[in-house]
This record gives sequence, structure tokens and C-alpha cells, in this order.
Amino acid sequence: MTAAKLITASIRSILRNKMRSFLTSLGIIIGVCSVIVMVAVGSGSQEQIKKQIASMGTNLLMVMPPRGPREANRMSMSDVTKLRTEASYLSAISGEVRLSANVVGGSTYWSTSVYGIEPDYATIKDWKVSNGEFFTDKDLSARSKVAVLGKTVADKLFPGEDPVGKSIRIETTPFTVVGVLASKGSTGMGDDQDDVVMVPLDTAINRLTKDRKIQSIEMSVVSEDLMDEAEAEVTAIMRESHKLGDGEEADFDVMNQEQIIQTASQTSQTLTSLLAAIAGVSLIVGGIGIMNIMLVSVTERTREIGIRMSVGARRRDILLQFLSESVILSLLGGLVGILLALLLSWVMTKFFSTPTLVSPSVIAASAGFAAAVGIFFGFYPARKAANLYPIEALRYE
Amino acid sequence: MAIIELRGIKRHYVVGDIVVKAIRGLDLDVDTGEFVAIMGPSGSGKSTLMNILGCLDKPTEGSYFLDGLETSKASPDAFADIRNEKIGFVFQGFNLLSRTSALENVELPLFYDRTGARTDARKRAAQALAEVGLGERLDHKPNQLSGGQQQRVAIARAMVKDPAFILADEPTGNLDTEMSLEIMSLFQDLNDRGKTIVMVTHEPDIAAYTKRIIAMRDGAIVSDDPVRKRRVAKDDLAEWKREHAYLAEGAAS
Repeated sequence: MTAAKLITASIRSILRNKMRSFLTSLGIIIGVCSVIVMVAVGSGSQEQIKKQIASMGTNLLMVMPPRGPREANRMSMSDVTKLRTEASYLSAISGEVRLSANVVGGSTYWSTSVYGIEPDYATIKDWKVSNGEFFTDKDLSARSKVAVLGKTVADKLFPGEDPVGKSIRIETTPFTVVGVLASKGSTGMGDDQDDVVMVPLDTAINRLTKDRKIQSIEMSVVSEDLMDEAEAEVTAIMRESHKLGDGEEADFDVMNQEQIIQTASQTSQTLTSLLAAIAGVSLIVGGIGIMNIMLVSVTERTREIGIRMSVGARRRDILLQFLSESVILSLLGGLVGILLALLLSWVMTKFFSTPTLVSPSVIAASAGFAAAVGIFFGFYPARKAANLYPIEALRYE
Repeated sequence: MAIIELRGIKRHYVVGDIVVKAIRGLDLDVDTGEFVAIMGPSGSGKSTLMNILGCLDKPTEGSYFLDGLETSKASPDAFADIRNEKIGFVFQGFNLLSRTSALENVELPLFYDRTGARTDARKRAAQALAEVGLGERLDHKPNQLSGGQQQRVAIARAMVKDPAFILADEPTGNLDTEMSLEIMSLFQDLNDRGKTIVMVTHEPDIAAYTKRIIAMRDGAIVSDDPVRKRRVAKDDLAEWKREHAYLAEGAAS
């Protein structure tokens, strides 16, 4: 018996029970489809996070306090000054402090994030001003009470008006609005990047935050080729600035763009794996459905098995027949599931603007998994069929 | 030359603590071209004998030479191959694959052929169906055929590999008189053309169309006689039709 004949016979037998075959495959269809779609949505959002971080600026380097309690942060303005004067690979540098604050302006107020930064920050993070202008180094040294509003904040406080020149209060301190930022939209994780107010760093430190600590230092490296050198140099300068001896653990983290992307996409990666695992369970449930139907089918077709044996089918022939039926069922289910997943991903991207990324490796893996499910869950019923005694099978009513 | 040689065949079943002796020592020779009826009441062991003859079951003791080959030591796979190559089965309940065309049913033994002579399966199956008078109904499914036609498909299936003998188990058991006569007439045709047939039946009327009647009782052969006045099924069928036409006419007028 050739493979071609076996497959033809199996397909014929599957087609003999179209409705049942379809319902049996449905488990696999849903399983394969959900695995692919879950992974597609996950990798789509990861891809978007990457793009957004890349759009944050090029050749980005950051110094951050180590993860842990806030008290562990030992970064101060002197670090920024030392880096600015000593580091040779940097094209721009800015210290940064962040706080959440109520901002009062016009006739209303809005709770938002306030960033204390230096003018270079706009270059590093690629922020543009749509209206008015960014504050300058002079504002910085004069500790001017000027602010640049993100688009969201501007729209909330001054709907339909030009905020430039208007005055606002951040907590209790009055500021004058000098500019409005061009919109950057939301991040891959749904945070609104435009929900922000930027003020000069020195002003923020003196008026808004209670301590004199810097929360992060943002830097641009002159060229992508020099990222490693720049990172090493920044680390060395920071160690010197913090008077760390050889082998002493650093009390700061230097991160490049790659690492920032990794940190940012970690959550979504975990979520993707979790969702894919849940979808994988549904694939296994689909496999159990196949086993169930194949067992029913073996009982129902006992007589057929007897007939086949009486005309000379060996046990192996019967085993292969039932096995190939379940494998073809699950492969067909897998194929339909893949097509459905492609369609669904396309619809999600097109009509619901959810980013999706269908990778060929996931398709191949789920097709392979579907076949494996067919073999695994088809084997027991097939063996049961093959081990029937011809006399009893023929007599079965 | 003997196609079937049974020597000292015994078949015992163990059911719980009881040993059932279905066949208790049996010798039998069947030569090429014979048409044998095996008769006996239920429990006489004729079904067990049929299973052994059909290589569906192995004797507890004794040897079975089929076409010169000792079969009682064969493996399950070898048994399957013997059934495929040497034996053509015809059952009481037809045992056709449902929802499968007559042609595909007849092709089935060729599907499991391991000798490599299956290149023209479709043609051979069609030819076998033509020989049993169903050349026009190749694509009919069993539920579109009468009982007699279904049994003819089964006979075509039994014939398609030109087996050493045909083993028929109550082939007319599910058929009315007319269809039974048609089937017996077909068997007689095949036998006239040299085909060996072994048929299990409990109807003396049907056995009368064979050439030799073996009677069994309690797991042994009690008589083995040639049929003296062999009936011709074709003639009986013609007469039956005449009578029926007459009866139908009488009813109509």
C-alpha cells in the first residue's frame, strides 16, 4: 500500500463524514488560530515599542539609579556636570527629574507628569515644538519659571486657545508657558507621551522636588559606531564621580537603547508567552477532541475494520489508516487555523489598529504542533483498531 | 490436487473454567473444482471450521495445508496475506463498505495487494463486476443496490484476485427466493468455470445446488456425500419466474 493510496483513502473517509470531520477539526482550528494571533499581537506590540524607543532619539545612552529603593539614588547635578565636561563621545546631555503634579491653568486643572530637564533634552529625545519655543540655557541658569506643555496638557488646560504666554501653576509655583510640544502619540504600552509638562531642570530641583537628586541622565552619542566606547567612558566617569573603588558595585546603571528596548518589552514578552501558552492548551483540548472522535469512529467502523482485515489488511495497514486520518484531520485543521489567523491579524491591524506581526516560524511551529497532536492523540484509537480480532470485528453489529 | 487439506484439526475455547471443544479432531480434503456445502445445526462447529478455513482463526491442534502451504504456524501478517491472495470471502450480511461505490468495494483486496500485481486495479475490478452482471452499476453505493446485487458485488470482490477458493458463509441467508436462486446460479457458473467453492449453509434446498455435502454435528463430520441429483439454479430460477408470472396474471385477472 503506497502513501498516496493511504492518503487518498483517508481523505475519502474524512469526506464521508463532512460535518463531523469539520467539528473535530474545529478544536485544532481554534487552537492554531489563537496561538498564531496571540503571538502576532504580542510581537506586533513589541515591534511597536522598539520603533517608538528608536524614535525617542538615536544613539541614546542613559544613566539611571539601580533598581531598588529611592534612597539608593546617589545621582546629582555634579555627575551631569562632570560628564558634560569630561566625556568625549557625547553630542548632547541632559539631567532629568520627574514628578507627578497638579497643574492649574485657565479655568481648570490637570494631573500630569512634570519633567525637569535641560534644553539638550529636546535634541536627545527628538521633541519638537509646534508652537512658541523651547526654553534656553539662559532660562536654565536663571532658574526661570517657564514651562513647555505637552499637547494633551495644552488641550486640557487651554482648549481652543493658544497657551503660549499664559500662566499656569505647578502645585503652588506659578510658571509662564513658552511653548507647546508637537504630538508624539502614545507608546506601545498605551502611555500618552503628550501628557507632560517640561520645565528647566534647575527650576524643578529648586522649586518642585524636595531633594537635589537627579533621576536620570540622558545622553546622545556622536555616532552609532562609538556606542560601546561611550558607554565604557560614561561608566568610568560615573565611577570616578561616585568615588567607587575597583571591584566595588556600581550604584548606577548605564543603559543603551538596546537595553532600554529589552526592559520595555519584557512585560509584553511575558504576556505574549502567557497568552500563547493558554492558546496552546486549547490546541491540546482540540487534540483530545480528535482522540474522542477517532475512538467513536473506531467503534462505529468495527465492521469496516473486520471487512478490511478479511480481504487481507495487515494490522499495520489498519493502524496507518486511522493514524493518517487523524493526522490529516489535524493538519487540515491547522491549515484552516493558519488562514483564519492571517485573516484575523489583518482585520485587527486594518480595522482596530492593533499592531500584529505574524512570523513564519510561529506558523511552522503551530503546523508542526498540529501534526504532532494528530499523531499523539490518533495513536491510541488507531492501535485499538489495529488490535481488533477479525472474527469479532466481522460479527460486530 | 487438494487445495484444502485439514489433518487432525481441533479447536478448543476456554470460557472461564470450561473448555468448549468446538471442533474435536477433523480431517478434510477439498480438491480443485469442487463445490462443497458444509451443513449442520448451530453449535455443530461449522462456523468455527469456516473461520479456520478462512485463516481468520487458528486451530488448537492439527495442520491446515492451503494450496500446499502449511498455514497453522503463520504469523498474523502472513495470515492477512493468505486471506488477501488465496481466499475470497462471501458473507451472509454482504459486508460491503457503506457509502463506498461498488467499484471501490471490489478494488479493496487489490488495495492490500503486496505482490505488486495491482497496476490495473480499477480495470480488474470493473471486469469482475461485469462478470457478475453489474457492469452498469460501478458507481452505485450499497444502499442503492438490492440485496442480490450487493451479494454479487461481494462475489466480484471475492473473485477479483482470482483466489484459490471462495469461502461463502450462508450467502443466501439474507435473500429472498429469487435472489437466492440468482446467487446460486452465479456460484454454479463460477464452479463450472473451475472455481473451487466452500459454502456453509443450513438450508438443504441451497445445499442441493452444490456437488458435495458435508454434515457436521458436535464438532465432527458425520457424513460426507456427493450430491446425486444436483439441481441447476438457472433452470429453477426460470421456472420460479414462470410460476410467478402466472400467479401475477391470476391476481390481475
